[in-house]
Amino acid sequence: MKAICIITFVLVFSLPIFAADEPNSATEIPDINIIVNKANFVAYYQGNDGKARVKMTITSKQGQTREREFIILRRDDQDGGDQKYFVYFHKPVDVRKMVYMVHKHAQLQKDDDRWLYLPALDLVKRIAAGDKRTSFVGSDFLYEDVSGRSLEEDTHELVDVNDFLFVVKNVPKNPDTVEFGYYNVAIDRTNFVPMKMKFFDKQGKLHRVIESRKVEVIQDFPTVVKSIVSDLKTGNKTEMEFSDVKYNIGLDEDMFTERYLRRPPREAMR
Amino acid sequence: MTQPKTAATLLSAMWFAAAISLPAEAVSDNAKAKRSFFSNLPEVEIHGFYEMRAGYRLRKDRYEKDMSIMENRFQLDLSSYLDWGDIKFKGDVFGDLVTEQADFDLREANIFTRPFDFMDLKVGRQVLTWGTGDLVFINDLFPKDWQSFFIGRDAEYLKAPSDAVKVSLFSDFANLDVVYTPQFDPDRFISGERISYWNSNLGRLAGEDAIIHTDKPNRWFRDSEIAARLYKNIKNYEFAIYGYRGFWKSPSGQNAAMTQVLFPDLNVYGASVRGALGKGIANLEIGYYDSADDQGGKDFLVENSQMRYLVGYTQEIGRDFTAGLQFYVEQMLDYRQYKRNLPAGPAKDRDRHVVTLRLTKLLMNQNLRCSLFTYFSPTDKDVYMRPNVHYKVSDNLAVEAGANIFFGDYQHTFFGQFRNNTNIYTGIRYSF
Repeated sequence: MKAICIITFVLVFSLPIFAADEPNSATEIPDINIIVNKANFVAYYQGNDGKARVKMTITSKQGQTREREFIILRRDDQDGGDQKYFVYFHKPVDVRKMVYMVHKHAQLQKDDDRWLYLPALDLVKRIAAGDKRTSFVGSDFLYEDVSGRSLEEDTHELVDVNDFLFVVKNVPKNPDTVEFGYYNVAIDRTNFVPMKMKFFDKQGKLHRVIESRKVEVIQDFPTVVKSIVSDLKTGNKTEMEFSDVKYNIGLDEDMFTERYLRRPPREAMR
Repeated sequence: MTQPKTAATLLSAMWFAAAISLPAEAVSDNAKAKRSFFSNLPEVEIHGFYEMRAGYRLRKDRYEKDMSIMENRFQLDLSSYLDWGDIKFKGDVFGDLVTEQADFDLREANIFTRPFDFMDLKVGRQVLTWGTGDLVFINDLFPKDWQSFFIGRDAEYLKAPSDAVKVSLFSDFANLDVVYTPQFDPDRFISGERISYWNSNLGRLAGEDAIIHTDKPNRWFRDSEIAARLYKNIKNYEFAIYGYRGFWKSPSGQNAAMTQVLFPDLNVYGASVRGALGKGIANLEIGYYDSADDQGGKDFLVENSQMRYLVGYTQEIGRDFTAGLQFYVEQMLDYRQYKRNLPAGPAKDRDRHVVTLRLTKLLMNQNLRCSLFTYFSPTDKDVYMRPNVHYKVSDNLAVEAGANIFFGDYQHTFFGQFRNNTNIYTGIRYSF
């Protein structure tokens, strides 16, 4: 199952925000590479590890809702490099106790390693690398929203600056591999939290929006605790809420192995 | 061939109740105990499902009912997490119109504990799986329920539980799992009940008219099974070697009078590797089946020794669309002895080749899953197809429909013998 994608997204948004040493003055505008690197770092690599309980509410155009609830554990092998994710599902009940584990590789040409554990069968399944632009667990978040999109995949251009935000336009280097034409990210100038992402289709029409609705400071790290993605083409929405967010809890590397797939660590269960 | 083992079940239930109430009893002060009895009781997570499932044969079978399944099933799944370990209980109550019986199937009743950093321990009734095959098993010698598989129950029921102790040891060098089953747990094999089959003694298809009688090894501790796996992950390539000492899991021999089928001694030695290759996942597994009661292959009443090979590859071939291909070979050793000693009747080929293909496509926000699993044997000239459509109406409610389709050129081959059991089924499940 595609559940994998969520992890990355969660990570990105739940990670501590880069705390700038000094507030930028309105006149001081860093280089575009510094901006995107800081935002990427804030989004995916804050703290050595982290944990969050995630509740997802998927609402269809007709108003029907479905829920996903899972605990996500993350550990960085090195900042800006490889990472490990462990997702333990609580809801829906038919996938309760299912575990999805990812060893994410930062290198562009190396696919992530992914596993799924199905408790009713005691089965550890290896999952083939997939298209990262597909839905994560049936939500409107895509795998790449969750696991992060490499900065090398796009060209970046600073298109707008106001008192609060940098707006960066990102154009894919290989347009055939993605469904969008380009996307703009509005980044908070004080803490580099990505606040809004707007995806435009190949005709230049807005078709997908991800917004950070609530940001809290947790253990000194600014953390997005509520975000919403709207798919303007289908009319569907997915809201994602984070609770019990903790950083630097000392997760051992061994927790991301088959031993813990078969019997998850307590940290993942409650 | 469900075996309710009622006494064992009752015992485990009582044991479960006792185990979760232990912490409360440990409180010495009476008054305090009373006051805090309920608050001290560990939290028990209660889940399960209710399911209705109906299926019919598509071909007339003179030995079986037209109805292939007509079942109401309730599963209760209790788990509790204590400081020293986890307790788990999962059982199904079901009533079925095909057998006209109500039954209880205890799926799990076990304790899990982590006594040392380097050791995990799971004791009791449990479902066990290892190995790399997809619905093909070489080194996974834990019991399977082929009857459930063929009549269209959920794939979860292919794995029958074991009453066993599983010890897992972890180290930087490698990890070791040892599973000890004190009393042999055979497959829930095809016995003629519900599913018709090729009966070589009668030289024809048979079913309810010729239920297989078994002489099952059933002495505690003497007729035990032991299975081990030594494994290591090297750069996310998963290597494992396996060993098993026990019995053929489904009947693979007969007594001299040919009135009872037997589970002859079996030792298995094997190895596997699994990891990323190109855009997909590749797996390779081999096993040597040492039929210990017939090492020369001369005894025509007992299955010969075999080599088994499996190679597989899974890849995403489109958006939410996955394909998995496997090639499996079962090679009879001592084939010349087999041919020489075979009495009348059709002889098996030395090699049995099977190709499997799994196609899975997710649609409608992944709420609709369409899948097809096909076994095809070019040597036996037979096919088994498992199409299934599964739709999640809501987070709690799912409906599905599927079929088990068998065909083959011959009546006596592995899948060909089941051709009159071809069936369609539909089910609805409410999970809580």
